[in-house]
Amino acid sequence: MAKQLMKGNEAIGEAAIRAGCRYFFGYPITPQNEVPEYMARRLPEVGGVFLQAESEVSAINMVYGAAGAGARVMTSSSSPGISLKQEGISYIAGSELPCVIINIIRGGPGLGGIQPAQSDYFQATKGGGHGDYRLFVFAPASVQEMVDLIMEAFDIADYYRNPVMVLGDGTLGQMMEPVEFKEPKKRDLPPKDWATTGAKGRKRNIINSLSLVAEQLEEHNWKLQKKYQHMKEHEQRWELYKCDDAELVLAAFGTTARIVKSVVNQLREQGIKAGLLRPITIFPFPDKAFAQLPDTVKAFLTVEMNTGQMVEDVRLAVNGKQPVHFFGRTGGIVPTPAEIIAKAKEIMGGVR
Amino acid sequence: MKVVFQRPTALTERQTHYCPGCTHGIIHRLVAEAIDELGVLDKAVGVASVGCSVLAYEYFNCDMQQAAHGRAPAVATGIKRVHPNNIVFTYQGDGDLASIGMAEIVHAAARGEKITVIFVNNAIYGMTGGQMAPTTLVGQKTTTSPYGRQAEHCGYPVRISELLATLQGAAYVTRVSVHDVPNIRKAKRAILKAFEVQQKGLGFSIVEVISTCPTNWGMTPLEALKWAKENMLEYYPLGEFRTPEEVK
Repeated sequence: MAKQLMKGNEAIGEAAIRAGCRYFFGYPITPQNEVPEYMARRLPEVGGVFLQAESEVSAINMVYGAAGAGARVMTSSSSPGISLKQEGISYIAGSELPCVIINIIRGGPGLGGIQPAQSDYFQATKGGGHGDYRLFVFAPASVQEMVDLIMEAFDIADYYRNPVMVLGDGTLGQMMEPVEFKEPKKRDLPPKDWATTGAKGRKRNIINSLSLVAEQLEEHNWKLQKKYQHMKEHEQRWELYKCDDAELVLAAFGTTARIVKSVVNQLREQGIKAGLLRPITIFPFPDKAFAQLPDTVKAFLTVEMNTGQMVEDVRLAVNGKQPVHFFGRTGGIVPTPAEIIAKAKEIMGGVR
Repeated sequence: MKVVFQRPTALTERQTHYCPGCTHGIIHRLVAEAIDELGVLDKAVGVASVGCSVLAYEYFNCDMQQAAHGRAPAVATGIKRVHPNNIVFTYQGDGDLASIGMAEIVHAAARGEKITVIFVNNAIYGMTGGQMAPTTLVGQKTTTSPYGRQAEHCGYPVRISELLATLQGAAYVTRVSVHDVPNIRKAKRAILKAFEVQQKGLGFSIVEVISTCPTNWGMTPLEALKWAKENMLEYYPLGEFRTPEEVK
């Protein structure tokens, strides 16, 4: 199929529809408004339902109801809106319902700004709401990758009966890039025989996260943890770029990784053997990638659009074997290649 | 031998956890009888809320979802939009619906969401131990209004039926009570009518049921029924506030 030029936020909507998503519940917030707008236009054409909720809180609870009723369903928002959705996300994770949640991150805290940021990394990867749960989290770096991962996200959500979050930022949401829509690799998906569709001819189904007996709730928690462990063992995804002989490995995800890729090339032109480690899943965090790095690595530099969040997972993965440095810009400022290069040179000067 | 009385098939055999004298048992039964009489048990999906009726999914013998505090109308919206032919209902108390869930109930009604809401109003938070509700009467003592609800400090109780009746999407809005037998029979008819409104696709339907809480009101069950009749009905008058022509 020919590639078409699409804006990131609209490509998100189309990818979801191609993946069989027929229900979308959302609430306006910048910089993701093109997602609900696209869904409002497209979903009726394919027999689906777009509904603008009265709040993010309501939207995520509509997602809970629709997911519990067995539908492929999505919602999207941006940071302050995602905070409002956390209550529902916790219930969805606790009740083991599949859905896809898009967060086009903007600068925070509070109302923050509307420029690109990555400051919701902790919120996305460590649970986000109350209780001990995890989301499956993708961090695409291009519009094409966003499309590919969203198309797969619905299968992953159904496979694990777990919410999948896809992180973007204003840059990815607003930029136009050529995309094509390709069928993801098929997974064996279990039937949704747990859904509340009306109990005709079967035992009734209950969607619930309440468990008043502590022993049972603990058991449920261990069951969830087993699922997360399975994700850690089988679903880690990453990209290594020019790491074969690297002495300095830069770690970055999403938009920042694109900038860092050009930084790697420029550093190599200037005689510094740099490489890029780009997590594609940030939960599960790709710690297996670190085992593949050569012995030449002397130091790490994590670059993020926040004040240092993923760097904690990088430090855990490196486990003290090499120094892990950090460079970040925040509040909606996108780091420039020049300032990352300066930081890299400072580190490598020290190492030599 | 002729069976003259039995448990509705829409109720499970599970013994309820409700306090002695609580009217939740009556209201559960009325909802279940209505589901049985309309023959919709195998396409009914109920939504339990947070409060005393949080375990309603154990008692209604149909598919159920348990919702976060106040969010039942949003959850029901999600279910109904996916399966428009299912009969979807929520069962909510006054803390859940009239306080934390005010946005969800108002907008579900405004959208004319084709769901049925059973709203149990006993003017107090029961499950958490008797705190002031948005429906607590002025002067009524609760654990968080120990001197009696003072209007100048925390305002006036909310009349949900009157409020929702201003919305065009709210097709059927009625307030009933279960303080005595004639009213229980009227409540049953209202619940039947509310489900019929949904079946006919006429819009949003809500039955507000004036109820009691002997435990947290600090009364015997009989005193509580009397108190409800003498104090609540004056502020919360019974009757239909909106009724579509099709079910009149």
